[in-house]
Formats: sequence, structure tokens, C-alpha cells
Amino acid sequence: MGEFLLDLQQQTFLQYAVLTGLLASIACGIIGSYVVTRRITYIAGAIAHSVLAGMGAARYCQVVCHWDWLHPLYGAIISALIAAVIIGMVSLSGRQREDTIIGAVWAIGMAIGILFIFKTPGYNEDLMSYLFGNILMVSSDDLWLIAGLDAIVVVVGLLFYKQFLAVCFDEEFARLRGIRVEFYYILLLCLTAITVVLLVTVVGIVMVIALLTLPVAVAGVFSKRLWHMMVLSTLFTILFTTAGLALSYGPNLPAGAVTIVLAGAVYLVVIVGSRVFRTRRL
Amino acid sequence: MKPPVIKFENVSFSYDSINVLEDVNLTVEERDFLSLVGPNGGGKTTILKLVLGLLKPVNGTVRVFGESPVKARSRIGYMPQYSSLDPLFPVTVMDVVLMGRLGNGKLLGAYKGADKKAAAKALQELEVYEVRNRPFSALSGGQRQRVLIARALVSDPELLLLDEPTASVDAVVENELFDLLNQLNKKITIALVTHDLGFVSSYVNLVACVSRRVVVHPTSEITGEMINEIYGCDVRMVRHDTIAPERHTNG
Repeated sequence: MGEFLLDLQQQTFLQYAVLTGLLASIACGIIGSYVVTRRITYIAGAIAHSVLAGMGAARYCQVVCHWDWLHPLYGAIISALIAAVIIGMVSLSGRQREDTIIGAVWAIGMAIGILFIFKTPGYNEDLMSYLFGNILMVSSDDLWLIAGLDAIVVVVGLLFYKQFLAVCFDEEFARLRGIRVEFYYILLLCLTAITVVLLVTVVGIVMVIALLTLPVAVAGVFSKRLWHMMVLSTLFTILFTTAGLALSYGPNLPAGAVTIVLAGAVYLVVIVGSRVFRTRRL
Repeated sequence: MKPPVIKFENVSFSYDSINVLEDVNLTVEERDFLSLVGPNGGGKTTILKLVLGLLKPVNGTVRVFGESPVKARSRIGYMPQYSSLDPLFPVTVMDVVLMGRLGNGKLLGAYKGADKKAAAKALQELEVYEVRNRPFSALSGGQRQRVLIARALVSDPELLLLDEPTASVDAVVENELFDLLNQLNKKITIALVTHDLGFVSSYVNLVACVSRRVVVHPTSEITGEMINEIYGCDVRMVRHDTIAPERHTNG
């Protein structure tokens, strides 16, 4: 812990890591609240895993074709948006089973990514950092991109708050009040896609779903309004990502995994605690 | 002359190949109080959804205020069954009622003062203003019904549609609810779906028995024998088919 605080003052890579966590937390709290209340966590999971296709393809082009400008994050954004639109369209059309398409996008995205990575020289390191995150590798260029994406998600997510609230709570009624429900649903999935990409840099593909839902679930115990939930879950996400970094730094543990274990532990304590508290009161 | 509030002409509807409604003719005039009764799966809710334009008829035409249902939507208030809503959703009573003001104000940003005033007024009218800051899910069934009616009324509708407003509330609450609807009926047209014909009949002036086909009875003509018949609507469907649909305008 002391080592972390000391290095935080001197090492830019550590400052970038903390800043990345802070920025991603804001998007995570806002969009995560929509995702959890609308109960589309598994769509977010599918989008997260489909990101590997884009990252793998972009990395392949960088190494093999020497397209140095094609950062894996760009690939991630493109594949996440494609996955979001595919799932959104299919689920709106109602002609296919939604869970089938979620599973398909989830696994096919992974498969495409693995093929590209397999064909890219030096694949092992990349694959590990995509899957499990490597927040300590964030560069200043990455940080600007992350800040830009974060700004888009936060601004759009808050400007349309009343529409998103209505669509998440009672889609049918929102439609009757003249809200273009399909448009907002696809928009929400696209915002989810961008948020997922931000979180992939923090905890990696595999653990995104936990960071998107656990802080919101903890916040849900203390919130009676959606925006309370957003504020609280943002604070909890900041706490988890920063503490995850701090606790993992000294003993040289993977930061993403420590973050998730921490979030899971707090969730468990809060859920059990609120149960006990409620039965005592009754 | 004004067009009728609701007019179904030879309307049929089917989900996939299963016929839900067949050759339905229905006319509801201004300030009518219509009660849709019938067995589960008989098509009561389907009729409400056709009026709202959420479903499109396979055959025939549905007109609301002389327009297509989708165009007429802004003049309709709708109360769904609260059991269709997520009990874990973090919203307060005020948040729920404000949703009724969507589509009135600006696209971006929060609700305005006028929206909040209208919501407060609707909550007072339904006597649930005191609980405005409580979580929606913390309310009793009867209170939730009232909040959802307030949400439906906050946009000043000319037609109010209610899906099972008496589901899972006790007899006292149910009585209060119908007194309230009776008050509202002085200004607006009401159509509701219900199982409980006995309680409704003192206020409603039209009863539509829905069981794939629809037979409309003005309540002035309803006798004890007929109530029995409508309660046993699913078994006596064949007999209904032979009665020509009639409609008597009152006054």
C-alpha cells in the first residue's frame, strides 16, 4: 500500500492507470444502472466477449500489415458496436430467440478473435491482457481516447435520462407517450458497447460483466431513484478500481482480478447485511 | 356530429394462426363507461391493445376519435396491470407519474416545473400525493393502481383505458376505485377490462362480453339472468353468437 502511494507520486503509468479507472467508473455507474434495471446484463456480456474479434483483428493488422495507427481499442469499439446493433435488431424483430443470438455473438466474437491472435506473432501476451485486462499498460494516447469515449457516453446517457428511465421501466407505456422505443433501445446498447470497451481496458473482457453489475447491485440496496443509483454506483466503482490497483500493486497481483474479488466481497456483505438488517426490523 | 370515441368494424385478430378475435363490431361514444368481461384468453386485453395501436387488426378497421389508433394515442390514457412492472426498479411515485408527461415537453434534459405541477395535481386527485417520494414498489396494491391511474391522467386524456384495475385489491379498495372512476367518467370516456361484473354494473353503461366474438349489452337491459349468462360466458359462447349485436344510445 505504501509502495503504491509512493509510486503514484512519481510514476506516470500508475497515474494513468488510476485516471483510467476513474473515467471508466463514471460511464460504468451511469450505463451500468440502465443495464441492470433493464435486465440486459447478458447482452453486455455478449458485447464484451465480441470485443476480442475487433482487438484481435486490429492487432493482427498492426503486426502483420504494419498498420500502426490501428490501435486494438479502435477494433474493440467497432466490434462492440456491431455486436450491439446485431443483438438489438434481432431482439426487436422478435423472430429469433434472444438468448440464442446472445450466445452466438458471445462465442463467435471470441472465436474470430482467437483465430486472428493465433495468426499474430507473439500472441500469448496480447491474449492474456485482452482477456484479463492490463490497466498498467495504458498510454497517454489511450487515456485521451478513453476520456473522449467517456464524455460521449456520459453526456448522451444523461441528456436522454427521462427517455431511458421510461423505456427501462415500462417500454409499452413509453411507446404510447410517443417515445421511439426502438431508437432508444439501440442507442442504449451502443452506449453499453462503448462502456464495455472502456471497462475492458480496466478489468479485461472476461470480467467486464461483473464490474458493470456488482457496483450497481450494491448501490441498488441504498437507492430509491435511478439517478441515486447512478451516483452511488459510480462512487463504488471508483472505490473498487482504485482499491483494486492499490491492493494488487505491492504483491504484484493482476489488478483486474483483485478489483472484481473486492467488488464481489462487498456485494456479498451488503446483500447479507441488508437481509439481516431487514429481518431484525420486522 | 363527432365520430365515436372507439369504433371497431368487422375486426379480426390472430396470433400466428390462432384466432383471438373474430368479426368484432363495437362502438363507444363520448362519456360511455365500457366494461370488457370474459374468460382468460378471450381477447379482452387484445381489444385494449388494438385501441392503443400496439397491435394491428388482421381484418377490419379500428378507429379512435375517427383517426388511426397510433395517431389518437396522445389523447388516450392507459393503465397497465402493475404486476407487469419490475418490483425491484428504483423509482419513486413522482418519477412514475412524470412518465405520463413524456412527449409533452422538450426532448433533452429534465422535466420542467409545469410537468411537476401537473403530476402533483394528478396525485392529489387520486389521493396519493402524500406518498409521492416513496419508492413505487413500497406501496400497497391499491396505491399502485392509483399511481398508475394518475400517470394515465397526467396528460389530460379524453379516453381512459384500464387493464384489470381490480386485480389483487380487496373489496373496499375496489369500491373506492370505482367511485373514483365514476367521478372521472363525468369528463372522460372509460373502458376497462375486469373479471368482476357485479361491482361494476352500477357505474358502467356498456358491457362487452369478449370470448373471441364480442356481444355488447347496454347495462339498462341487464337482468340477473343475464349476469349469470355473462359470468358463464365461456360455456355459452355459442348462444351469444346467435344474438345480433345491439347498441342502444342513452340520451
